[in-house]
Amino acid sequence: MKRTTLILMALVVIFFALSWIFKAMAFKGVEEHYILQGFLVTLAAFLTLSIMSFLYKDNPFYKFAEHLFVGISAAFWMSMGFWSTIVGNLFPRLSEGMSNFFKVHYIPGDYNFFFYVPVILGILLLMRLSRNYGWISRWSLAFIVGTTAGLNFIRYLRSDFINQVSSTFVPLLVDWQGIGHFFSSLNLSASGQFIMMLANWVIFLGVMCGIIYFFFSKEHTGLFGRASRVGIWILMITFGASFGYTVMGRISLLVGRITFLFRDWLGLNI
Amino acid sequence: MRYIFVIFSLVFLTFSAGLAQVDTLGADSTLLNIAPPAPISNLTVYDKANDHGHALILEWKPSPDDAAGKNTVMMYEIYRSESPDGPFENIGSVPSGNSRYDNIGILEKEARDYIPDNTDLYYRVDAVTINPEIRTSSEIFGPVRSYSNWFHRGRVPVLFAVLIFGGLMMYFVSVARKGAELYVRPLAGIAAVDDAIGRATEMGRPILYILGLGTADMISTIASFTILSRVAKQVAEYQTQLIVPCYDPIVMTVAQEVVKSSYLDAGHPDAYNDDMVFYITTNQFAYVAAVNGIMMRELPATNVYMGKFYAESLILAETGAVAGSIQIAGTDEVGQLPFFIVACDYTLIGEELYAASAYLGREPLMLGSLKAQDYAKAAVIILSILGIIAANFGWTAFTNIFKVLD
Repeated sequence: MKRTTLILMALVVIFFALSWIFKAMAFKGVEEHYILQGFLVTLAAFLTLSIMSFLYKDNPFYKFAEHLFVGISAAFWMSMGFWSTIVGNLFPRLSEGMSNFFKVHYIPGDYNFFFYVPVILGILLLMRLSRNYGWISRWSLAFIVGTTAGLNFIRYLRSDFINQVSSTFVPLLVDWQGIGHFFSSLNLSASGQFIMMLANWVIFLGVMCGIIYFFFSKEHTGLFGRASRVGIWILMITFGASFGYTVMGRISLLVGRITFLFRDWLGLNI
Repeated sequence: MRYIFVIFSLVFLTFSAGLAQVDTLGADSTLLNIAPPAPISNLTVYDKANDHGHALILEWKPSPDDAAGKNTVMMYEIYRSESPDGPFENIGSVPSGNSRYDNIGILEKEARDYIPDNTDLYYRVDAVTINPEIRTSSEIFGPVRSYSNWFHRGRVPVLFAVLIFGGLMMYFVSVARKGAELYVRPLAGIAAVDDAIGRATEMGRPILYILGLGTADMISTIASFTILSRVAKQVAEYQTQLIVPCYDPIVMTVAQEVVKSSYLDAGHPDAYNDDMVFYITTNQFAYVAAVNGIMMRELPATNVYMGKFYAESLILAETGAVAGSIQIAGTDEVGQLPFFIVACDYTLIGEELYAASAYLGREPLMLGSLKAQDYAKAAVIILSILGIIAANFGWTAFTNIFKVLD
């Protein structure tokens, strides 16, 4: 490690140590465990700035925050998986002895033979650790992928196929009373005839051209190709709107983090 | 003066308390003097259709004194018994103005709300006033039984869709197996995969393959496994390095099997290493932090993002762009597609991801399925046009065919 890097790291450590002292002094008389509170706020600010430092380039502070985050989260999910799924849900339904051992409430009425199926599949999955019998774990994987693919087939047919088809059944002429009436009552009200008809036409043409774009077994040439071009334009306009909407949400997350740094850490009421 | 004030206050308080007492008595007497409301009529109870049983529906004509007449009905209380002679148990209530109660039982026999199937049950509905003592019971309806249904008739359209789509798929799979050439139009993103692997080999840098945050049961993840298989095979042939960091442990297990098989198919089983495909963590942003670190430290020549992605899509793709990698993405998560389109060199949009797996795999099963999907899309176009005509002319008989009940 370069000398300048070490000096920089030492300066940062000193800076945050001072921050801890000042923060703890600020919490004195307000919080019971003011030293701990000062440490927690300072640590949160340090980790926030460490992650944000990645915007400049990869650096030791980012690496530290990254490894801490990954390590803690991996351990947390491992722990949650064991204590909530196996101890919290499985043992109380299968074994009184195991429930007593782990000090969880045994539920005798909930015993069901089928609970052994995931247990067996889970054990088969762990056979991967064996060099000779690792192939057995493929049975569990086949069960997971095959079963859920079959279940999803029905779900998607219902939600993405039939329900979407029926959603396109919209009248192209809304409240039609002749061309004269249409022009005489023309306005841009959201519930007006013109906007309602325009919306339905956009749905109709958008769906048709969008589907044509997703035809894979026919070359996109001629009229078919032109409809496909319209389809991709409609998709891109939709993505543009979605992009702007989501970026607004992300900005609010950034504002939340900056508010934490300025208000909770530095104590500036901006 | 002070004594006069105290005496006056005491007199006032006594008088006020007396008045309040009179007022309360008056109110009580009003409650006691409410006339019993007229009973409900036309009570019918029937089994809930298209369910697993243990549920009955009650319907009735409200009391004439509900929001009309004497206007004294506050609510309806529902009573159930296994005998017409009782005892009847109160199982629920609905406010006045209602004329239906769904008596949905639960499956555990020990539970209070359990409704036995194939058992005679009797129901009664009481019209209750503000004074719960003053009520009028309906005539007893029964016997009625709940029972389970083998078939959900509200989902007939789904059955037909499954049969038609399944039939099309089986037909085209058999056609493809007989050796018929099924055309699939080239996709720019997929053509770029081969070039990207070649680029990585020339540069001597690794290929980073991200399977997304989906679980192994998601269609996009399954499609991604097929693409990974093809990429891994080519990587094995070119002797390039492959990095596959995983978010989900099951996905990692499947991905290891996929990559291992591809190396075997390519004739380089010895080049496979379990550490190519590794687990990071099941926390979204911790995973992203780790993958970003890999991108900046390993500087992969190519990043391939295929599968299910959420809020991390832009962070990953932006970091990849900063690292100077060629990026190819594909997802069916509509909300994330804009970010990939902005930050990646090639993007497979939605169903193109599934088509890509068929295009690369060239297996009859997948090609046949792709062809069947195209026919299904043609059917959607025809049905939509017919539906729009029906909607314009108010032909509800046609549009109702596509209504699927829960």
